Amino acid sequence: MKLHISNGHIIDPASQLDSQQDLFISDGRIVAMGDHANDFTPDQTIDASGLIVCPGLVDLNARLKESGQEHTATIESETFAAVKGGITTLCIPPDTDPVIDTPAVIELIEDRAKKANRTMVLTMGALTQNLQGELLSEMLALKEAGCIGISNGLNPIKNTLIQRRAMEYAATLGLTLFINAADPWLQSQGCVHEGTVSTRLGLGGIPEAAETIAVARDILLIEQTGVRAHFHCLSTSRAVAMIAEAQKKGLPITADVSAHHLHLSEHDIGNYDGFSHVLPPLRSTRDREQLQQAVRDGVISAICSNHQPLDNDAKLGPFSETTPGISGLETLLPLTMKLVDDDELTLQQAIASLTCNPAEILGIDAGQLKVGGKADICIFSPNSHNECQPQQFISAGKNSPFAGWLFNSEVLLTFFNGRVVYQKQ
Amino acid sequence: MTNNQLTDSGQLRHFLTIEGLKKPLLTEIMDRAEQFSSISNRQVKKVPLLRGKTIMNLFFENSTRTRTTFELAAKRLSADVMSLNISTSATTKGESLLDTLHNLEAMHTDLFVVRHNQSGAAEFIAQHVAPHVSVINAGDGCHAHPTQAMLDMFTIRRHKQHFPDLSVAIVGDILHSRVARSQIQALATLGVGEIRVIGPKTLLPTNCQSLGVHVYHDMENGLADVDVVIMLRLQHERMQGALLPSAREYFNSYGLTEDKLQRAKPDAIVMHPGPINRGIEIASSVADGPQSVILEQVTHGIAIRMAVMSMALGAQSEQHETHS
Amino acid sequence: MTIPSTSAEIEPLLHTMADEIRQQLGDKQPLLVGIHSGGVWIAKELARILGVDFFAAPLGTLNIAYYRDDFTRIGMHPQVTPSDLPFSVDNRHLLLVDDVLHSGRTVRAALNELFDYGRPASVTLAVLIERNGRELPLQADIIGQSITLSASQHIKLTNNNGLQLELQSNEDIYDQ
Repeated sequence: MKLHISNGHIIDPASQLDSQQDLFISDGRIVAMGDHANDFTPDQTIDASGLIVCPGLVDLNARLKESGQEHTATIESETFAAVKGGITTLCIPPDTDPVIDTPAVIELIEDRAKKANRTMVLTMGALTQNLQGELLSEMLALKEAGCIGISNGLNPIKNTLIQRRAMEYAATLGLTLFINAADPWLQSQGCVHEGTVSTRLGLGGIPEAAETIAVARDILLIEQTGVRAHFHCLSTSRAVAMIAEAQKKGLPITADVSAHHLHLSEHDIGNYDGFSHVLPPLRSTRDREQLQQAVRDGVISAICSNHQPLDNDAKLGPFSETTPGISGLETLLPLTMKLVDDDELTLQQAIASLTCNPAEILGIDAGQLKVGGKADICIFSPNSHNECQPQQFISAGKNSPFAGWLFNSEVLLTFFNGRVVYQKQ
Repeated sequence: MTNNQLTDSGQLRHFLTIEGLKKPLLTEIMDRAEQFSSISNRQVKKVPLLRGKTIMNLFFENSTRTRTTFELAAKRLSADVMSLNISTSATTKGESLLDTLHNLEAMHTDLFVVRHNQSGAAEFIAQHVAPHVSVINAGDGCHAHPTQAMLDMFTIRRHKQHFPDLSVAIVGDILHSRVARSQIQALATLGVGEIRVIGPKTLLPTNCQSLGVHVYHDMENGLADVDVVIMLRLQHERMQGALLPSAREYFNSYGLTEDKLQRAKPDAIVMHPGPINRGIEIASSVADGPQSVILEQVTHGIAIRMAVMSMALGAQSEQHETHS
Repeated sequence: MTIPSTSAEIEPLLHTMADEIRQQLGDKQPLLVGIHSGGVWIAKELARILGVDFFAAPLGTLNIAYYRDDFTRIGMHPQVTPSDLPFSVDNRHLLLVDDVLHSGRTVRAALNELFDYGRPASVTLAVLIERNGRELPLQADIIGQSITLSASQHIKLTNNNGLQLELQSNEDIYDQ
């Protein structure tokens, strides 16, 4: 199959490309870029005039609910949702059921992903057995089975000694440690940011210190152990400042933020809106501004979906009894592009934080457009006007606080290995 | 924030929180309670106003006293009232909470009185009931207890002339107190001159000032020249989780004794939402003393609840009328 | 048939009623109860004419707002002055006063309320105007004047600088 994508506005932050060019694809790879390709007779030509052509997106943090909760969502349903969102590489944390702490689980997931065959599905191995924070998992076996990194998911390791040893062992194997930073005790009492909203609504608060204490501890241990580490889903400006400081010192630390933390604050909880119940919690408006600033500065180099599909019942109840999480695959690109429309990010910054930057964090060959590279491509319109309707999501999870938001960006075509895996009807 | 407690014409349809309600409405609730309070002194303590209406008390958290006053209020208005104690273990998921609700709704309930241990539960239920059903919040988690706050305002109004001239101190576990939150909002709406909260930092919310109060950590200064002292109940479980070292130390610092009460104005009144822990937050001599209006609060609770129930059900009639 | 309207025209009716009351209840030490608000005005006039000692206690007032049968249709009255009976009604002879007797529903509600205060020995009903249109089997014992109106007409007692009766028709009401 030979494809010719003509007249598209190509954005490839990895090569700092930002111009109108044609793309020529053959056998799943990009064979040429520019105005023409020698000896190339396309089977199909796609006119991308007025559209943005960028690398397929790389999402560092998405839960697909398989294995373990197939009644909620499946790899089949969620990879379809991913390509509708222009995402061609997904990275799933180890907190599946069973936990990704043996090669067998990885095989199972890869098998399902191959069947779906729409996106790359990468797995994170468990840092400790069953994520219990006590015994180290067989990280070498996990690495050999294909794990892209190692993480303890949403279960922070309470015991500092074990955290240190786990880091040392991961460092030995050259594995990147992915961290959701939270002090388990400070976090346990709350469901929203501790601030004016928690005070007004009488909801248990999660103080800023729940994040900063954990980040501070881990930075010190990273410095000592030399492990390469990545912080997922930062929520506070003070944690960002600490990471900036550590990066300045040359520590091998990167960070991401969820698209919803760049748009929402504690005030969006309004009158107990369970759809705004997330972990880490939505923080103050100042935190939100500082998170945007950190993306501009590059302290936070990736934006992720923190996708968490939930069934309807999960959000039906008093706020603190609802399950935290947002179905984010289909809003990742429009929310990030909204920051470009609002002049918070440049187009290059926005696309980089969704493509080459997360790919670099994972150490994979993805997230860029280059001759000879894999043809994972997202084509989207930057000028479509559509209203976000979670009930229309392809994802099995319709849990989104963005219902009714107006988006200008909409994915029209997604290619995975040179094959069309999504086309807007 | 939209206020879904009110009908299009501003009548009280649900009573979930004081927040967002205007002074005239709070005054109307108190005025109506004043009218209803005479009924309790009659030989037949009952009027047929709500005859044929069905009121369901849903108590997901136990409270004999609050439930009793709601029941009595309903009965004095001649409504049919049922009280259900539902253990929250039976409704661990929201789905079954809604199931419970819809089942009771199918029995043609007109009004739900809801108490729940989770903040926002009454709001959640109000969002999911049929349009002709009203909800009164009888306490949700640490969020709100609006009828308690209104009966407290009613009690204050009976004793003190003019809200703007008053200085009111609320003492104790503000952090976990739905009563305190609603009281603060009601006092502020009624224009009370100064609202103080007194307690240790472990029992005060962060950003407590954002509620519009002055924060004190000691009784000596906090009680100086106040007109009203509201003591809050201290739950025994607060001794766990390192919020307080011991009941004894709490009583020494924040328990209301005759000595400490001397700091307040000589005609200050002492209130407590009950049930009181004698010797923990308040000394018996103060609770039973001349300045205490604690039992009066209980009496007024019935009239306030009659007022709110009749207003909510009356607003329903209005909606029927305008929509038919 | 002329319909009284001014205070001057109402005054003789009040005297007719007072005479009748004296005759029927003169030896019974009755208690006076007016129905809010027109009935209270008439009751006060009757007390003035009959003298302070005629009744055994100060005037009682009834507000039947909580006893109405149309709550489900109309909802709460905006403002309710509570009933106030400054005496025990048990085994006493009551004189219940209202301005106009029309459907009988107000008197029905008033009787219900009175019996919630106790068990009177008797209740005598006195009205200034008795008109057609009864919907309940009730009648007045003492009547200032009986009149006949069409179904669309209403007669209303007002009290701005003296009692006055106003005749309104539904058309007038809609015009307002």
